Amino acid sequence: MNTFLAEKLSLAYTSERIIDGLDLEIPVGQVTALVGPNGCGKSTLLRGLARLLKPQGGSVLLDGAAIHSLPTKQLAREIGILPQSPVAPEGLTVRELVAQGRYPHQHWFQQWSSEDEQALQHALQLTKLQPLAERGVDTLSGGQRQRAWIAMTLAQETNTILLDEPTTFLDLAHQIEVLDLVHNLNQQGKTIILVLHDLNHAARCAHHIVALHNGQVVAQGTPHEVIVPDVVQRVFGVESHIMRNPVTGQPMCLPVKLAG
Amino acid sequence: MTTVQTQPRPAQPSQRANTLRLLAFPLMAALLLLVMVASTAFGAAEIEPRIVAQSVTQFDDTNTSHLVIRNLRMPRAVTAALVGAALAVAGAVMQGLTRNPLADSGLLGIEAGAALAVMVAVLYLGVNSLSSFALFAFVGAGVSGAAVYAIGSVGRGGPTPIKLTIAGAALGTMLASITSLLAIMHPLSYDQVRFWMAGSVAGREMELIAQGAVYILIGLVLAILLGRQITTLSLGDDIARSLGLNVLWVKLLSALAVVVLAGTSVSLAGPIGFVGLVAPHAVRFFTGPDYRWVIPYGALLGAIFMVVADVVSRVVMRPMELPVGLMTAAIGGPIFIYLVRAKVKR
Repeated sequence: MNTFLAEKLSLAYTSERIIDGLDLEIPVGQVTALVGPNGCGKSTLLRGLARLLKPQGGSVLLDGAAIHSLPTKQLAREIGILPQSPVAPEGLTVRELVAQGRYPHQHWFQQWSSEDEQALQHALQLTKLQPLAERGVDTLSGGQRQRAWIAMTLAQETNTILLDEPTTFLDLAHQIEVLDLVHNLNQQGKTIILVLHDLNHAARCAHHIVALHNGQVVAQGTPHEVIVPDVVQRVFGVESHIMRNPVTGQPMCLPVKLAG
Repeated sequence: MTTVQTQPRPAQPSQRANTLRLLAFPLMAALLLLVMVASTAFGAAEIEPRIVAQSVTQFDDTNTSHLVIRNLRMPRAVTAALVGAALAVAGAVMQGLTRNPLADSGLLGIEAGAALAVMVAVLYLGVNSLSSFALFAFVGAGVSGAAVYAIGSVGRGGPTPIKLTIAGAALGTMLASITSLLAIMHPLSYDQVRFWMAGSVAGREMELIAQGAVYILIGLVLAILLGRQITTLSLGDDIARSLGLNVLWVKLLSALAVVVLAGTSVSLAGPIGFVGLVAPHAVRFFTGPDYRWVIPYGALLGAIFMVVADVVSRVVMRPMELPVGLMTAAIGGPIFIYLVRAKVKR
C-alpha cells in the first residue's frame, strides 16, 4: 500500500450526517490516532475507512481505488479492523477465534494450510497468547480477551490495522500492554489507525494525531503540534496545562477545568 | 525400524478433541439406523421382530403385518428422521445467524406463520388434504420468515440479532393469537387440523415424503456448505465484513435454507418445538461452536431425537397415540434445562 486517504467523505447512520465532506490522508507506515470528545465522529470515521459504513458522499481511496468498489475479500487482505468491544460466541477457543482471521486467505473447499498455521502461530506469539490458545475466549480476563481479538486481526496479515478504542475498559497494565503491542506492530512496518480516548495515550504511541470535533478535523500533525492548549480547548472544551513528559519527551496534557 | 520422512501435517484450526468429533459421526449414524429400525418394530399392533425383518427380505403384499410395516411404519420413521434433521439444522443456522443461542424456528415466528396459513386454508379455502396443508405451510413459513427479516431490518444497522429476535417473537405471538382466535370462532373446522397443529409424523403418504425429502436434502446441503461462513458470521456482522465475508449474501442464503427446512418440516409434521433448540446445543458440548461441525452433527442428533420421541409417543399410552409435538416438548424441555444448567456450572 502506498496511499490511504479519504476524499470529501460523508458518513451517516440514518439521515443525520456525522461526517460531512471530510478530507484526510493517513500517513503510511505510521501510527495515527483519532481523538476527540464522545460523539465527534471518530469511531464513525474509522468504520468508514474500513468500509463497514457506506459513504453518503465522497470516497475512501486505497492506492487510488475506492474501497467500496473493491471485492470485500481482497480488501480484507489489505485492511483489518477491530470494532469496539466485540463478543465471541460461547465456548469458542482463542485458537479458533484467531483462526477466523485467516478467512480472507481461504476458499470454499480449501483445507487449513501450513501458511494459515504459521500466521496463526505468529499472531499468538506477538500477543503472547500461546499458553492460552486452548482456553475459551469467554473465560479470559478483559485484557487477554482484547489481545485475542487483536491476534485474530493480526492473523489476517494486513498491512493496515484499524483499532476502535482498544484500551477502553482495560486496567492500566493492560492499556500499556496494548499500546506497546501497537508500537511493536508498527515497528514491523504496519500502518495503524486507532481511536483513543486518552490524549496522553495518543501522545505515547502515535506519530500522527487527528483531532476531531463535530465531524470536522480541527487539527492534525505530530503530538507536539496537536496537543497544545488551544486545540484541547477547541476540541474538548477544557482548559489544560501542557507539559513535557519527562520519560518520552512527548507532550502531556493535564486538564485544569472546563473552559468557561 | 525404519522411519518414513513425512511432511508435518498442519494442525486443524482447533486442537479440540478431534478424535471424539470424528468418532462420533459413525456412532451417531449407527444409532440413527438402530432407532429407525426400532421405530418400525413398535406400534399400536405388536409385530414380532422376525416379521419386521421378513417384510423387508420377503415382502408379501397379502400379509397385513408386512403392509403395516411397509406402508405405515417405515414412512413414519423416515418422516420423523427427516423432520428432526431439518428442524435441528434450521435451529442451528438461526442461532448462528441471529447470534442468539435461543433462536429456533418456533421463536422466530416461522412455525406460527405456517400454522396460521394452514388454519386459513382449512377455514376459508375448504382445503382438507394433508398434501395441500404442505403447500400452505410452506408459503406461510416463507412469508412470515421474510416479514420477520423485513421488520427486523428497519432502522439503524440493518437486521441486527436483537431486532430480528424481537421482530420474530412479536410477529410469532401475533400470528399465534390470530390462529387461536380462528380456532375459537370455528370450533368444528378446528377439529380437522387439531392433530396436525400438535405435530405428528403419522400417516404421511410416500409421495408427500419424497417431495419433502428433496426439499430437506437441498436445505441440508446448503446449510452444510454455509457452515464456515456461518461460523465467521457468528462473530458479529462488523467482524465478518472486515474478514471479507459477503454478509448480505450469506444471510440471504442462510435464511433461504432456514425457510426451506423449517417450512418443509412444518408441512410434513406440523409445528414441532424444542428439536431446533435442544439438538444443536447438545452437539456443541463435543463439537464446540464451529458450525462446520454443529450443522451435520445437529442433523444426526435431531433425527435421532425425533425418531425416539415418535416411538415414545406411540408406546407410553398404548394403544392410544400422543402427538409427537407434545413428546418433543416433554422430553426436550427437561433436557434443555439440564443443558443450560450444565453450562452455567462449567
